[in-house]
Amino acid sequence: MSALLASAAPMTGGGEMSTGESVVFWILGPVALAGGLGMIFSRNAVHSALWLVLTMLSLGVLYMVQQAPFLGFTQIIVYTGAIMMLFVFVLMMVGRDASDSVVEVLRGQRLAAAVLGVGLGGLAVAAVAETLTTVGPVGLGPGYGPEARGNVQALGTSIFRDYLLPFELTSALLITAAVGAMVYTFAGQARRKQASQRERVVERLRGPLAGYGSRSGPGVFATADSVATPALLPDGSVAPASLSQIIESTRRERLDADIADVQSQSGPAGEVDARALRGGDGDGHGAGSTHDRLSEGEHEGEGAR
Amino acid sequence: MNPVPPPGYYQTLIADDPFWLTLIKVLVIFVLLMLVTLFMIWFERRVVGRMQQRPGPNWNGPFGLLQSLADGLKLAFKEDIRPVLADKAVFFIAPVLSVVPAFVAWSVIPLGPQVSIFGEQTALQLTDLPVGVLVVLACSSIGVYGIVLAGWASGSPYPLLGSLRSAAQVISYELALGLSIIAVVLYSGSLSTADIVSAQEGGWYIWLLPVSFVIFAVSMVGETNRAPFDLPEAESELVGGFHTEYSSLKFALFFLAEYVNMVTLSAVATTLFLGGWRAPWPLSLWAGANEGWWPLLWFFGKTLAFLFVYVWLRGTLPRQRYDQFMRLGWKLLIPISLLWVVLVATLRVLRSELTTGQILIVGGVVLVLLVGAALLIPDQAPPEEDPEPPVVADYPVPPLDLAVPPTPKRRRRAVAGSREKQKDSEPVGAGTGQDAEPAGAGPSKGDR
Repeated sequence: MSALLASAAPMTGGGEMSTGESVVFWILGPVALAGGLGMIFSRNAVHSALWLVLTMLSLGVLYMVQQAPFLGFTQIIVYTGAIMMLFVFVLMMVGRDASDSVVEVLRGQRLAAAVLGVGLGGLAVAAVAETLTTVGPVGLGPGYGPEARGNVQALGTSIFRDYLLPFELTSALLITAAVGAMVYTFAGQARRKQASQRERVVERLRGPLAGYGSRSGPGVFATADSVATPALLPDGSVAPASLSQIIESTRRERLDADIADVQSQSGPAGEVDARALRGGDGDGHGAGSTHDRLSEGEHEGEGAR
Repeated sequence: MNPVPPPGYYQTLIADDPFWLTLIKVLVIFVLLMLVTLFMIWFERRVVGRMQQRPGPNWNGPFGLLQSLADGLKLAFKEDIRPVLADKAVFFIAPVLSVVPAFVAWSVIPLGPQVSIFGEQTALQLTDLPVGVLVVLACSSIGVYGIVLAGWASGSPYPLLGSLRSAAQVISYELALGLSIIAVVLYSGSLSTADIVSAQEGGWYIWLLPVSFVIFAVSMVGETNRAPFDLPEAESELVGGFHTEYSSLKFALFFLAEYVNMVTLSAVATTLFLGGWRAPWPLSLWAGANEGWWPLLWFFGKTLAFLFVYVWLRGTLPRQRYDQFMRLGWKLLIPISLLWVVLVATLRVLRSELTTGQILIVGGVVLVLLVGAALLIPDQAPPEEDPEPPVVADYPVPPLDLAVPPTPKRRRRAVAGSREKQKDSEPVGAGTGQDAEPAGAGPSKGDR
């Protein structure tokens, strides 16, 4: 919509205000003002930031309507897109319920702030009033510039030809600030070498702690990783939690009928052929494992209790 | 071949549009984007389906084309849930903020050259600004607010993590995106999208500026949060990312924004690097190919090619780890684009001040010097190769002569008591020695 407005506003080179421009102004002016007030009076820090975003967007659109599309979009990209995004980022990290303390830390701070604020407001009003009465607008519209190629080219010529040195100095200052911030951030931290994925795999498989398969959790004294081996507590006794319940329940609940069946077939009790157990559904491959589990479960039962 | 219009020609042409024509264009772009979104969802599911050797949606409508319409309608009638902890106003604004800029960006995309609509001469473009490319960047930077605020306003940790990722991701990749555009602007001499298309009359910028194109293509995927860079909504880590708590139409709006953004950036890439609506080579020999309504076909064909690559990437590549993704952006894409911009600018200056022969001579001398310097670099000593562990069936196994180390004395005393109790059940084997080490050290070491 903003793009539409900017193109719809006729290109006027002088100071007169077209209808479209005044309509846009009387819509966006109150919106920008509301954004400023909302920023001050919001309880929530993120809401304050959002109100400020609203003000900045309105300002950007106002720039566009005033024949400065480059400035307008740069305002939106740089201020709303990057700087306010960083603000919101930090505020979100702080937490959604963080609110300002209303305790006055510095004595007389509010009074000083009020006086200075009123003074600043007076200065701004005086400057704007001076501009409106005595200074006429210059250099708006596409006819501006040495080759009359419009706003963007004229701006480029100004920055990169006429004022190249101040521009370079400013960029040097910004880069210095950025590098300084990084130095402060990383100062005192030894540079840690990041092991690559391959290095970590090799270390895990062949290093001092080489072990294949998963390892016992911290605090567990175990002599093997097998589920059949009970874990030992620091005093040497068996940790009850490490005994598998599944193995016991398999023996008692699912195999009783089988055992009885086998016993009835093989005659006197005591001469049970364990390999004849079918185990639940009686599928072929389950028989061997059932046998193993059964015997282990019995061993464990003896060892633990 | 018709002569190339001077810079700013389309701008004045479009500025003459009557109000009804602008309204028609707005309406057409809106409807077009909605339809393209529906088509894209179907297209993505079909193509990914083909890549995974299954048919994809093929039941509703011809070729399943109405599937996404059915899904969209179902989504609209679902219950709209708002979490108790959500920030009411922001929770509502966020989806709107993410959709609107996605649509606005289309206002500056040139779909075709000068045509006549109901007797009115105009270009197939809503508006042409002297800073058209910046409109796209501005829209994408506003669109991120939708994602970031959605995560924050949901009042739950996973969406918040997703939105933090998204904020960092988009700021990083927007830099690379902006830097890759600079070279195009240097060559075309204008920020206006219509002028950039006009400037590619002699040849597309993909051939002239391949590095810029690659960087743009990569950061375009990062900017739209698509696989393999879809970290803000990484299902395996963050449930749904920023839209975990959203449902019904609000969720549909996020979905819409994602697909419109994809189409937008594909269209921008087409405009900047593939000659926009200009016909590709064999077709461009036909004089009428770049006139009238035909260019719409070429434009959407090229855009569809980009969209296919999006889907292809999603069907092929696994999601990147977050640090890998950031490293790619900051340590590879941005430095390369900076160097490339410096190189392009230097060449531009040299072209205007030196003749081709002089450039070739200087370039040859520099090349010889570089090759000579490269020869002076001493060969790197081959790294000492440790004997690799023997591999059976692609998995390393312990060496055959593995000697089990004795259990340390300290532990043996503690264990001795219990060992007497359960002599039978104690399996003695290779595992015994390994596990005698401090048990806590193993997993934590592996995790770092």
